[in-house]
Amino acid sequence: MIIDLRRCDGCQSQNKPPLCTAACIEGHFVPDPMQWIEVYEPDLHGGGSQFVPTPCQQCQNAPCTNVCPVGATFATPEGVVLIDQERCIGCRICMAACPYDRRFFNWGDPPVPPEAMAMKYMPEHQTPAIKGTVMKCDFCPDMAGAGRLPYCAQACPNHAIYYGDLEEGIATNGDQVVDVNHFLAANAAYRLKEELGTEPRVFYIPGYGQKVGRSPFKRGRLATIWPWKKVAKGSETWTR
Amino acid sequence: MDAVTDRAWGVRLEDRALAPLSKTSWRYWVWIASLLVVIGWALFAYSYQLRHGLIVTGMRDRISWGMYILTFVFFIGISHAGTLLSAILRVFKARWQLSVTRMAEFITVVALMVGGLFPLIDMGRPDRILNLVWYGRWQSPLMWDVFAVLTYLCGSTIYLYLPLIPDFALCRDRLGPWAPAWKRWFFTAAAAGWTGTPRQRKALDRAMTVMMIVIIPVAVSVHTVISWIFAMTLRVPFNSTVFGAYFVAGAIFSGVAAIILLMAVLRKLMHLEEFITITQFRALGFVLGGMALVMVYFNLSEYVTSGYKMEAGVAFHFHDIMTGYLAPLFWFYIVGGLFVPVLIMALPWTRNIRGIVVAAGLVLAAMWIERYLIVVSGFRVPLMAYSARPYAPSWVEWSIFGGAAALFLLIISVFAKVFPMISVWEVMEHRGPEEVEVPAPATVTAPPRRVPVPVARSVETGSPQ
Repeated sequence: MIIDLRRCDGCQSQNKPPLCTAACIEGHFVPDPMQWIEVYEPDLHGGGSQFVPTPCQQCQNAPCTNVCPVGATFATPEGVVLIDQERCIGCRICMAACPYDRRFFNWGDPPVPPEAMAMKYMPEHQTPAIKGTVMKCDFCPDMAGAGRLPYCAQACPNHAIYYGDLEEGIATNGDQVVDVNHFLAANAAYRLKEELGTEPRVFYIPGYGQKVGRSPFKRGRLATIWPWKKVAKGSETWTR
Repeated sequence: MDAVTDRAWGVRLEDRALAPLSKTSWRYWVWIASLLVVIGWALFAYSYQLRHGLIVTGMRDRISWGMYILTFVFFIGISHAGTLLSAILRVFKARWQLSVTRMAEFITVVALMVGGLFPLIDMGRPDRILNLVWYGRWQSPLMWDVFAVLTYLCGSTIYLYLPLIPDFALCRDRLGPWAPAWKRWFFTAAAAGWTGTPRQRKALDRAMTVMMIVIIPVAVSVHTVISWIFAMTLRVPFNSTVFGAYFVAGAIFSGVAAIILLMAVLRKLMHLEEFITITQFRALGFVLGGMALVMVYFNLSEYVTSGYKMEAGVAFHFHDIMTGYLAPLFWFYIVGGLFVPVLIMALPWTRNIRGIVVAAGLVLAAMWIERYLIVVSGFRVPLMAYSARPYAPSWVEWSIFGGAAALFLLIISVFAKVFPMISVWEVMEHRGPEEVEVPAPATVTAPPRRVPVPVARSVETGSPQ
């Protein structure tokens, strides 16, 4: 995944909460208050800020899979790090190990809407959510298998999120197809916390939304909401 | 000292050591009942947690470990009391500690049993505990903990049992004719046919030497791998090479504090003033003071090396513990837990039993707080652009913690009624065979009886109360 920060304005121009997060929540029935792809707003030097949509970094040397005592979190042959919530024992050592704050725990009975209840559980889409287990962004392998982009990439109004295959070397944001190696090199791409040696598969093109006309000094984004949680009966939510 | 007073001394030792096994006052039952009430409440709290999930705790995604894991670390820490006293000091042929080794070994076993519950309590899905068997991965630090704690529990149980054998035999021989059948059966089985022949003594001696050597690396490895569930993560305060050694030192430190407190209490309750004297308190007090200095050293190594460079996360961590959210706890730990105990041991007029007990109490509290600081401060350092989350244990966590403390005391209290809390034969031997030994029997090959057994008194033990 390549996230072009030059195109991300935290959906300020849409006057909506970040749409990548919203689409992910809709598509996966992500329990409140989890944001599997979360738009952080770190400071820039000089008083401005940028928006950084942060999914699971899908590390090639993933600290979470290393520490799991039961192999409930694992990397698929394609390289996607998934969680089997039917095996997870809820020890949360993976949450201690993840340096990106990208793992979420079902502290109580997660809100599960009726249509999620009807789905057959698979680690590829983690629905319905199971109390006492860990969840996170799964890179939508079921969508990829069906030839579609992940919810976040589909929903981004500015086409900031590219999804593709590192081995094939191509990626697309739904608008255009890029040559991954050339695109990364030509735009000085970086990864989060590169120094930790986790080798993430999520790359960032530095920026603050300039390509979609955002001023770096226009701070703040609207808070994420979980619109469907009202229809989930008997559910509990908690704070991060 | 002549042989007559010496024999009287031995008789008193036996008397005092075995008295709790036969006599039980109403106060004991009140004490047991109140412990059971606390444990009952904790069971209710746990069932509440089982029903509602870990949402009833103060933990959340950004502080995903709290009271349970730190209490686990704390209890496994105080379990190092037994190893230090009965293995490390034995290797160095120290003998002053013999009258408290039994208590220390009990602390070890009971602390391991109670501490070992906490990872289970902390699990989101305790119903899937067997996944550790079906799908266990040895690459996981948590798995190392499982193996290390279980190995240590087995080893220290054997090491507790071995020196108990001659004392079980003593209990068996001293059972009166009216002793209940289960008692006779229990002590006979537990004594494993011990009669004190030279061959048996040699075998016991050899077994204890082997266990004494084996248990030391096991104990060190246990607390090292427990520190590694933290040190194997990429979080700034945990990401430290000194963590294993720091945890082992802290474990011995808190273990010594625990044994001082327990021996002070049992000394009063069992009237052991003659056998546990200022000698033991002062010696353990010096170990406590010495370990406090070791802890000061580890803190300096850790904080000076990371603080000098002040990386981004370190800066937050330092402000958090020294001037910020966790500062009161941190300074209580540093001042109350490290400097005051050293001061108490340094000044001759506070170096008495009362002072040493106060120091031990401070250390035990401070070491629990130190574990709290390590866990909570480590999770508080923000990983991404968010502000640090507060953590306060909920009533469920406090209840379960209280229940665990009560369970610890309950098991110790029950054991004190079933097992002699002083290693009678070792203390006797330490007194010197030429002084205590009963004049040799007629046959030369007969085992030397070091324990005087006045026949008239054998009726007391095991008589119905």
